[in-house]
Amino acid sequence: MAGAAANTGVPRWVAVGLLPVINLLAAFLVSGLVILAIGENPLRALAILLNGAFGYQEGIGFTLYFTTNFIFTGLAVAVAFHCGLFNIGGEGQATLGGLGVGLVLLYLDFLPFVLILPVAIAAAVVFGAAWSYLPGLLQAKRGSHVVITTIMFNFIASALMVYLLSQILIKPGQMSPESREVAQHTWMPFMHDIFPIARSPWNGSFIVALLACAFLWVFVWHTRWGYEIRTVGANASAAVYAGISPSRNIILAMVISGGLAGMLGVNEIMGVNHRLILNFSAGYGFVGIAVSLMGRNHPVGIVLASLLFGALFQGGADLAFEIPKITREMVVFIQGLVILFAGALEYLFWPFLVAVFGREADTALAAAE
Amino acid sequence: MEQFDFVILMLDAMLRVSVPLVLAAMAGLFSERSGIVDIGLEGKMLGAAFAAAAVGALTGSVWLGLLAGILASVALAMLHGYACITHNGNQVVSGVAINIMVAGLTVVLGIALFSRGGQTPQLPAEARFTALTWPGAEAVADVPILGALYSELLSGHNLLVYVAFLAVPATWWVVYRTRFGLRLRAVGESPEAVDTAGISVAGMRYRALILTGILCGVAGAYLSTAQSAFFVREMSAGKGFIALAALIFGKWRPVPVMLACLLFGFLEAASARLQGAFDVDNASGFVREVLTGLPFLIDVLPFILVVLLLAGFVGTAVAPKASGIPYVKER
Amino acid sequence: MSEGGASVSERPEAATAASGRAGLPPAIELRGINKSFGPVRANRDVSLVIQKGSIHGIVGENGAGKSTLMSILYGFYQADSGEVFVDGRKANIVSPDDAIAAGIGMVHQHFMLVDPFTVLENVVLGAEGGALLAEGKAKARSELQRLEHEYSLEVDIDAVVGDLSVGLRQRIEILKALYRGAETLILDEPTGVLTPQEADHLFRILASLKEQGKTIVLITHKLREIMAITDNVTVMRGGEVAANVATKDTDTEQLAELMVGRKVLLRVEKTPAQPTETVLTVTGLNVVDGAGVRRVKDVGFTVRAGEIVGIAGVAGNGQSELLEALAGIRQPASGHIRVRDQDISAEHAVDARGMRELGLGHVPEDRHRMGLVMPFAANESSILGYHYDPAYNGRIIMERQKIIDLCAAQMKAYDVRPDNPLLTSANFSGGNQQKIVVAREMERNPDLLLVGQPTRGVDIGAIEFIHRRLIEMRDAGKAVLLVSVELDEIMSLADRILVMFDGAIVGEVAQSEANEQVLGLMMAGVSPDAADEVA
Repeated sequence: MAGAAANTGVPRWVAVGLLPVINLLAAFLVSGLVILAIGENPLRALAILLNGAFGYQEGIGFTLYFTTNFIFTGLAVAVAFHCGLFNIGGEGQATLGGLGVGLVLLYLDFLPFVLILPVAIAAAVVFGAAWSYLPGLLQAKRGSHVVITTIMFNFIASALMVYLLSQILIKPGQMSPESREVAQHTWMPFMHDIFPIARSPWNGSFIVALLACAFLWVFVWHTRWGYEIRTVGANASAAVYAGISPSRNIILAMVISGGLAGMLGVNEIMGVNHRLILNFSAGYGFVGIAVSLMGRNHPVGIVLASLLFGALFQGGADLAFEIPKITREMVVFIQGLVILFAGALEYLFWPFLVAVFGREADTALAAAE
Repeated sequence: MEQFDFVILMLDAMLRVSVPLVLAAMAGLFSERSGIVDIGLEGKMLGAAFAAAAVGALTGSVWLGLLAGILASVALAMLHGYACITHNGNQVVSGVAINIMVAGLTVVLGIALFSRGGQTPQLPAEARFTALTWPGAEAVADVPILGALYSELLSGHNLLVYVAFLAVPATWWVVYRTRFGLRLRAVGESPEAVDTAGISVAGMRYRALILTGILCGVAGAYLSTAQSAFFVREMSAGKGFIALAALIFGKWRPVPVMLACLLFGFLEAASARLQGAFDVDNASGFVREVLTGLPFLIDVLPFILVVLLLAGFVGTAVAPKASGIPYVKER
Repeated sequence: MSEGGASVSERPEAATAASGRAGLPPAIELRGINKSFGPVRANRDVSLVIQKGSIHGIVGENGAGKSTLMSILYGFYQADSGEVFVDGRKANIVSPDDAIAAGIGMVHQHFMLVDPFTVLENVVLGAEGGALLAEGKAKARSELQRLEHEYSLEVDIDAVVGDLSVGLRQRIEILKALYRGAETLILDEPTGVLTPQEADHLFRILASLKEQGKTIVLITHKLREIMAITDNVTVMRGGEVAANVATKDTDTEQLAELMVGRKVLLRVEKTPAQPTETVLTVTGLNVVDGAGVRRVKDVGFTVRAGEIVGIAGVAGNGQSELLEALAGIRQPASGHIRVRDQDISAEHAVDARGMRELGLGHVPEDRHRMGLVMPFAANESSILGYHYDPAYNGRIIMERQKIIDLCAAQMKAYDVRPDNPLLTSANFSGGNQQKIVVAREMERNPDLLLVGQPTRGVDIGAIEFIHRRLIEMRDAGKAVLLVSVELDEIMSLADRILVMFDGAIVGEVAQSEANEQVLGLMMAGVSPDAADEVA
């Protein structure tokens, strides 16, 4: 698939830029039709959605808060993709990452914030990575399919959290399964605490997410380790020819992927909820697949796609408020459509683009031999 | 006697919980045996549950509800086929997309139709599958052991329960005793052998997905029109994934898959029973920890078992060789 | 699933024109078949006649178009133009279904069997004879017993195919075809995976099929087989028919010559080799492939600094596996590989990186599968295998500009066009891709260079260039091991020539004593002394 653009003579920008946009439009078109079918005006809905996401400071804050989560899970899916792996365990890894953050904030709160911050982030990474290490190891050494094992690990993680929160970490004298609130000095600062802007959940984790993007960019394209991972993902025989161990890199890619997913816990637990709760991963792990697909597994694309989904989430919330018939679930449906068109039906419109932009390139002919 | 009643009660609960698992797992069996990975069982079930309850509520007919559930599920299966068979799309991505789409769409449509926060109205009795009492069940109910077995365990279930457990021998028969079954098993193992034998690989896979759709449709209808009397958001609650786990645990063979479903169903029933069954407050220290942790451990046991199986620690699970790989004729 | 899809029409003049000795129309006649895959012309204007009741051989090197031609006959591909006649009547075969209906059966090189199925289930697949299996299976059982008996094709009908040996699986494929009423049986490289004993058994089966009036088409690159059992032979070369001859009127040398063809001799100017110390010593090397077949058998040889040792042989005789074992890609089953004074035993094999660190360079046989990573930019492909080199790695960051500069320099030195290090590897022509690989491996100044098929799919200009570089490497005192199926290439470059057949080295010939006839016979498995006498 990676070479799809290579042999057809279609310009790169069409494959990288235009195709995802067309796929996105197709998803929106179908969503529009559904909105029409339930008796509402899609254009009005779009206007409310855009205004909700970008029209006022608080809305933008919420959009960027959601964006932060999508960046983490999108990067997680992308790094595994580069190694030819499909990590759909982002949910579980994020859950564990949150647990790690929560434990640090709950039990190491005697530390000052400057120490809490790196320790909490490290805990998120280590816990998330630990949860993806086993599926990675089993894939590399025993050939257990990582898709199935990560699904199973999602359920195990979720049950583990239910157990911990309802039996162990539960705030004494309380019924709902959540921990006590963590000490205020361990909170990730909100952006509105730093800058004179409207109150919103947008917090310092956003900067951590951007740093993670930069890390991934450097790691994947500018280090020998990233080179090895990409080689294994693109052509495992060439990797063996080059003396690169596929199994070692499968484990490495999964561990990094899980660590990135785990960092979602920083935004959710340290940034916003300030306590351990259930289900804070809330499907972000799955949507990470869409984010990564849309963003072509590249940090810049992932930030843009995360912004798109963040806007959908926030705009969708406003939409639900304005038009009661269009609930948040409409946004869930649109996410599903985006995954369908950008992922499973990725090349639906490709033959059409080849017909329009393709050329009988000499190099392509020769390369095909 | 009391203990015996308890056993009967547990087995009865196990049966009820296992029904959607058995149906969905048989559905998955057809798909995966044909070489199409289906992590969209969950979505198909949920879609069918909604369609069945919605049409049941609108028409008051249990049969139209069932039909709608089946049609919705088959439509989703065909979408999966269109992406994965016709366009060689990634089967996992397609499954994830279907699960998420349905989770959203069922609530959107539910609100649009009934304005009850995504729930459908309570279904009237004629729009539900109600318990069928077998002849003489009441008469023999007092006969020790056998009477209870007959009246409690065999009799007194709704039609779909019997359908589910008849689906198992039926699946077995289709898979191992018919031409279709032979070709189905072949296409999941070695599509090129099927192709060179002059049989259409895509045709076989689409047919398998239709069966998957039908069975998932029944499973969904069971959730909303038999087990309960309405649709509620996310009502499939991971059952599609447990069915997938059972499918792997049963190594893609009908009878072992059914047994895996019963095992997982039993675990679920047991976990529900165990919660609060012990006098935790009087226990202390380690015992207390174990007792409180037990129900959760039982909950995740199916998933842990599957991971151990896939890792080769408890037997081996070898998936149909061609599953997950789009069939493209080699040059 | 359509039945009787082959539309057949009378064409009497064709039938009479090409009728066989017995006055019967030929079993198969192909006329003017053309087939292209994109820019590659796999078959050009191929015409041939296969007599009924005969064994007809089709020989040619890899890529000569044999398999494509037979896949067209079997309906797996459609020809771009041309006609097929079956029993003198024009047949329109557009799917395997049509071919089966026309009485054509095929035994593919890679068996088309379902491993977990029993023999019986495999045979009835696609010919079940009804919606329920029981009846069809019962019918098939008795029919199979008859067929087994008639053609001495014994095999346990209820055995699971996955448990059976390769030879037995092949019999099942033959049974499958016969069960479907095949009158003409095509076998694609049937002995490639067989032991000599199994191959002999197969030939006995084919002979008995012929006696019963069946027509056999045998695709192979092994001349010994052609001479042993065929009646007529078609030689293919570069997608075209090079000759159609009766087997009794030809001999191995003539066929070898026809197969390889008299290509323009690209004689390279070179002085006699001045070998010095031994760089590579291989002793008792055995390599077993994933299927458990022994591909390299007790191979031993040496390569000295300052010489090029060539390994000749028909493709598939263990050269690839030998090369991969030497390069650290494949773990040997037993034996020793000694590079200078470092001994590497099968028990303590090292990976490709370890071999490189011993001073080894490797131009792999297949640049698509191994030599390049096609989606990578050229500069990234140009460090494949050397990506960890401190020359362009900081502690963490890879120094991209250095890699690009290095690639640009290599492109200039090796005349790669376009000389753009940022272009995707897949977008270069075959010759330029190969130059990128060759540059990468040669510019490291390895003590020992392994080279596999260095000029496969490469244009004339690049061939000359690569050949010249190889000689320069030799003259600079490097040890070069060259594996090639191109006899010309081996004869013009190698100072000593080893010939491999069936995994073993048949013998060694000095360049001065090498000629096509001797090498051709050795490639067919004849020992060098005997080959000398014949020649």
